[in-house]
Amino acid sequence: MATTVAGVHAVPKSESGLWSWITTVDHKRIGVLYGVTALSFFLGGAPNVGWFAYSNLTSSQYSPGHGVDFWAVGLQILGIASLAAAFNFIVTIINLRAPGMKLMRMPPFVWMTLVTSFLIILAFPVITVALVFLLFDRFVGTHFFVPSGGADPLLWQHLFWLFGHPEVYILILPAMGIVSEVLPTFSRKPLFGYPVVVYSGIFIGFMGWGVWSHHMFSVGLGPLADSFFALTTMLIAIPTGVKIFNWLATLWGGKIELKTAMLFALGFIALFTMGGLSGFMHASPPADLQQTDTYFVVAHIHYVLFGGAIMGVFAGIYYWFPKMTGKFLNETLGKIHFWATMISMNLTFFPMHFVGLLGMPRRVYTYSPNMGFDTMNLLSTIGALLLGASVLVFVVNFVNSIRNGKPAGSDPWGGGSLEWAIPSPPPSYNFATIPTVRSLDPLWHKEGREAALAANQVRGPIHMPPSSYWPAVSALGVTLLLSGMVFGWFVGIPGLILMLLGLYSWAFEPVT
Amino acid sequence: MAVAALSHPAPEAHPTSTGLNSRKMLFWAFLGSECMFFGSLISTYLIYRGRDSAGPHPHEVLNIPFTSFSAFVLLMSSLTMVLALAAVQHGNLRGTKIWLAATALLGMTFIAGQCYEFTHFFYDGLKLQSNLFGCTFFVLTGFHGTHVTVGVIWLWSLFMMAVRGKLPVERALDVEIAGLYWHFVDVVWIAIFTLVYLIQ
Amino acid sequence: MSEHHESTRSPGEHAHPGAKEYLGIAVVLTVITAVEVAVYYVPAMRPMLVPVLLVLSAVKFSLVAMFYMHLKFDHRLFSWLFVVPMILMSLIVIGLLRLFGHW
Repeated sequence: MATTVAGVHAVPKSESGLWSWITTVDHKRIGVLYGVTALSFFLGGAPNVGWFAYSNLTSSQYSPGHGVDFWAVGLQILGIASLAAAFNFIVTIINLRAPGMKLMRMPPFVWMTLVTSFLIILAFPVITVALVFLLFDRFVGTHFFVPSGGADPLLWQHLFWLFGHPEVYILILPAMGIVSEVLPTFSRKPLFGYPVVVYSGIFIGFMGWGVWSHHMFSVGLGPLADSFFALTTMLIAIPTGVKIFNWLATLWGGKIELKTAMLFALGFIALFTMGGLSGFMHASPPADLQQTDTYFVVAHIHYVLFGGAIMGVFAGIYYWFPKMTGKFLNETLGKIHFWATMISMNLTFFPMHFVGLLGMPRRVYTYSPNMGFDTMNLLSTIGALLLGASVLVFVVNFVNSIRNGKPAGSDPWGGGSLEWAIPSPPPSYNFATIPTVRSLDPLWHKEGREAALAANQVRGPIHMPPSSYWPAVSALGVTLLLSGMVFGWFVGIPGLILMLLGLYSWAFEPVT
Repeated sequence: MAVAALSHPAPEAHPTSTGLNSRKMLFWAFLGSECMFFGSLISTYLIYRGRDSAGPHPHEVLNIPFTSFSAFVLLMSSLTMVLALAAVQHGNLRGTKIWLAATALLGMTFIAGQCYEFTHFFYDGLKLQSNLFGCTFFVLTGFHGTHVTVGVIWLWSLFMMAVRGKLPVERALDVEIAGLYWHFVDVVWIAIFTLVYLIQ
Repeated sequence: MSEHHESTRSPGEHAHPGAKEYLGIAVVLTVITAVEVAVYYVPAMRPMLVPVLLVLSAVKFSLVAMFYMHLKFDHRLFSWLFVVPMILMSLIVIGLLRLFGHW
């Protein structure tokens, strides 16, 4: 992220330390955080309630132990972190652009980050409230989701999906932004219909709020609600389709270079389109009733989130790794990684469409031998093992390339956006002086390129915001405070004190 | 991170793309986010209204005259808050201190009223676990009360800054942002007062 | 979101109203609150209680947001950041109430 908003004033924030981890949008770091979160499995037992944790499976009665508590408290902490990061991005993107960097000259990844940040600040409060109810139910004995107390367990589903559907766009929009940067660079052509790509991203962000109940057709919402949510769900396919055609048109007639980043971006388009098509199928309530809770839905979510978001993230890693580290990722290993991923991904998830339509339910670990699921499941299993192996190829490539990768210059791919004008890895101040931007792809224009390169010359002292430990102290305090809900007051009270100490010291820190 | 920033020590003085202050923009985005937070709480209250078979029911416990007074107190604290802002913007240190303290005290009056109300409900038999009304009412108004408490702490912090002479005209924005928070908490109460208390 | 030039301070960003206007608004707010409570106690108002109370509280809400929070005088972007989530949330509340069969 830091590299793509190069040339924009950065707001004071620590580049390292706990706060940077907690507010990170770097997917490597998020991966590590998930690993840490997984520790809770050993501390309190797995939150084995599925990812959408429908009530009343999550009640103390059906989920004793601390698994669900950890899950809920962990999500609250993650929510605070996501909110803090999203506020930061919104203000940075709206208010601290380089001179001449009009909104419609921003790189598409920055645009999609802006839309995503708005989705975060509006969607996370809803899940926060739902989790608060759940925690009250579990700790205090309220009955927000307890049917015997008169409650409607559907409330959880509505609140969850009010968050959950915007959340899937929170996952996919940044990947769409990455692909919109990678494709033009390796096609040597500007992004086709840039404004339309941006507007459809914004439209997806808005429409993402009007479709949540399509996850709940099978609960029987009534014909009016079913028709409404089916209609909005079909509508939201339009801006997504528009983007796909824009990407294809970007490729059309371009001088295409099949580097690994480009391969992943192309893989994204292919797989995400397939995921979109199966998604469109269960936009129709009658079809959805047949598909709900079968492997068909599992196939769909993996085509959009693995084929979509993960392929996009890999494209981004191969694309910006040279900028981040100053070294290339190995292209040969990269291509092996791509093809292994592409083949094994389809091998794993494509058969799920068939077993799903044959009626194999999700979340049930076994089935009787005469159902006709055997061969397909064997293929999926082989595919899953291969998929794991392909990620290992990536890990080897990553570690090797950080150690002794081929040096990459400041502009290894001939990109058009500003980050390619500064050295790799970028100096902490990005540009020494902030260049004036006059076009969408400044480095592909003679005067833009000269201005950006000239902006690297250090002409005097550079003002850098001071680093501070207090944000990290506050973050630790928040984490302990909320963990206190599980462990008890002797963790929570010190957490509260630390948080207040951190916040006050941070607020009254002298500004330089 | 600009060389140009050298000559502007205060963060407010950074030139921004929109010409607007970054902290204030962030705070408005935060209030937008808070709308979703309280909106979810209020929707839950409204969804569950009237589903209880066992009492106490709202009309049996809610004390309209008392809460009207609380609502009035919070409304007046919004007035004293803007007066504090006007004072600090004119460099009137004495007025700043008086109005900040008045706002904080009115906020504390509101909290005291809520404590009294909660205790009263408790003795009327309405607990957090009693029924859906108890769950949704206490969690909704409790979160609002927590927001007021945070606001009171914030106001006393600003008051201490004023006492120590650290709240000059240039820092009026600190008061303005605290004011935005305070007024937001007030408008949330306007909504709660109508939706929970008056429309039963 | 509209485009702005870097250097221009938006006109009137700090031209907030003074103590007199603030007091005036407070009087109006107090009167509306009194009317709300009165309406609640008048039996003849029963059938129209809900719409009347909703409108009155919306007026109070807007007065505080426009004058005490200065949205009327400040840059439009601030209003957008607040009003768009407000409208979104209102639509969601209406949708949820409809889905749960309230009316």
